[in-house]
Amino acid sequence: MLELREIYKYYNPGTVNEMCLFHDFNFQVEEGEFVSVVGSNGSGKTSMLNIICGSIDVDEGAVLINGQNITNMPEHKRMQRIGRVFQNPAMGTCPSMTILENMALAENKGKSYNLGRGVNRKREEAYREMLRPLNLGLEDKMHVKVGSLSGGQRQAMSLLMSTMTPMDFLILDEHTAALDPKTAEINMQLTDQVVKEKKLTSIMVTHNLRYAIEYGNRLVMMHQGKIILDKKGEDKKNMDVEDVLNLFNEISIECGN
Amino acid sequence: MTLLISVLEQGLIYAIMALGIYITYKILDFPDLTVDGSFPMGAAIAAALISRDVNPLVTLPICFLAGALVGILTGLIHVKLKVRDLLSGIIMMTALYTVNLRIAGRANLPIYNKSTIFQNSFVDKVIPESLSSFQVVLIVLVIALISKYILDWYLRTKSGMLLRAVGDNDRIITSLGVDKGKVKVVGLSIANGLVALSGCVFAQQQRYFDISMGTGTMVIGLASVIIGTSLFKKITVFRVTSSVVIGSVIYKGCVAIAIRFGFESTDLKFITAALFLLILVLGMERNRKVKVKVDA
Repeated sequence: MLELREIYKYYNPGTVNEMCLFHDFNFQVEEGEFVSVVGSNGSGKTSMLNIICGSIDVDEGAVLINGQNITNMPEHKRMQRIGRVFQNPAMGTCPSMTILENMALAENKGKSYNLGRGVNRKREEAYREMLRPLNLGLEDKMHVKVGSLSGGQRQAMSLLMSTMTPMDFLILDEHTAALDPKTAEINMQLTDQVVKEKKLTSIMVTHNLRYAIEYGNRLVMMHQGKIILDKKGEDKKNMDVEDVLNLFNEISIECGN
Repeated sequence: MTLLISVLEQGLIYAIMALGIYITYKILDFPDLTVDGSFPMGAAIAAALISRDVNPLVTLPICFLAGALVGILTGLIHVKLKVRDLLSGIIMMTALYTVNLRIAGRANLPIYNKSTIFQNSFVDKVIPESLSSFQVVLIVLVIALISKYILDWYLRTKSGMLLRAVGDNDRIITSLGVDKGKVKVVGLSIANGLVALSGCVFAQQQRYFDISMGTGTMVIGLASVIIGTSLFKKITVFRVTSSVVIGSVIYKGCVAIAIRFGFESTDLKFITAALFLLILVLGMERNRKVKVKVDA
């Protein structure tokens, strides 16, 4: 279980541009939940993910995973139990290394990176089996550098790589936003499949309202650092894109957009 | 012939250093000026030990370790104290100038009549008289190749793969649950270890230590790496180390030719700089202009 407790976060503190993003922000994710988070730009979605992962510090409050306080744990330590896929497909893979090497690197996550052989040839076939369901033909390009793959292929690899090892959470940070509609759809279906298969607790930030409605079992809408909509289970199933869009328009009008 | 041999000797000695620069410049993307201090440090340690009749073979691992330690310090200054990469190197380079003077005891320390890795009873016995003019080049070749193969091996280990990944995309290192600062420190230590080793061999070949030996190390190393990697572009990562070694020899060859054409040895640093500029400009990947013909 993940818990954000009484979080305060200020940007540019002590200057005229001081902005309070989170003021007594509370958020909980139960095990097995697949939360879709939507909201306008600047609503704090990505900041929330960064706070969970430790990429940015909080000014007050606590981050807890399974009851353990990790507020002061450095980012790389937290990431040992968290998988994260970024918006930019280039963030999740190493372009100058081959698919095989990238997968070997990802598979070792959580273990020591010692002087043992980096790539275990015996695992090559297993990696191929993992790549085959993607239907992108990557299983035949094991020795091709990842830099020469397309954005969609690289994002699918990022997703695969970040879910190869056991974890507490999967964080998806607008991971389909940089892809064309068709590739985005494929990646989204793939995500859903992986999440269900491995029973991952996931938080997905997205701008695509249809994905937010269609996938996951909980929907959260954020606005100016607050959660203004939180629907689970049956309530969520009964919502459609229209409902979310109307709410979206309401808050936008408030802001004068 | 003697010219060719001396180019090979020096080229291969500097190749060990260029392998180190390859790690910082190409893999880590870290402009590490520490090398201008760690190269003469290797030379100073070698000269100081050999003048005290220490077994010359022992100087090699000692210099490597000393260089590695210096690399760790540069890394810590950058990672822990959050000083910019270029400045961390400059700070270490400046500090090392004094350290090197202290190690050697003075600015110039000759070791003419001492036994070195090139001139000792064992080598004289093993290498026949007929090959004696190739003695130095053979020994240097062995050391350079051993360094290259160990580096190749290392880059294929798990730890080495992390090192390659950190320059590529340091975000992924954090995602893999590893402290990217630590990986950088490891890279810098191996790089400076190689550079100090190169300085150690250089001092023994030249038979002296001089405080100004290190000036321009970075430039020579960069030139070698850039020549090597742009000449042999389509070769996979592991052969890159070979192309760096060859690049270093080619570079030394160019300098030797320039001197042949009437430059004096005092012009050496200028030639080094000019040649580096030329290589940089030629090595750049230019966008080819596409000429489009449109029928009117």
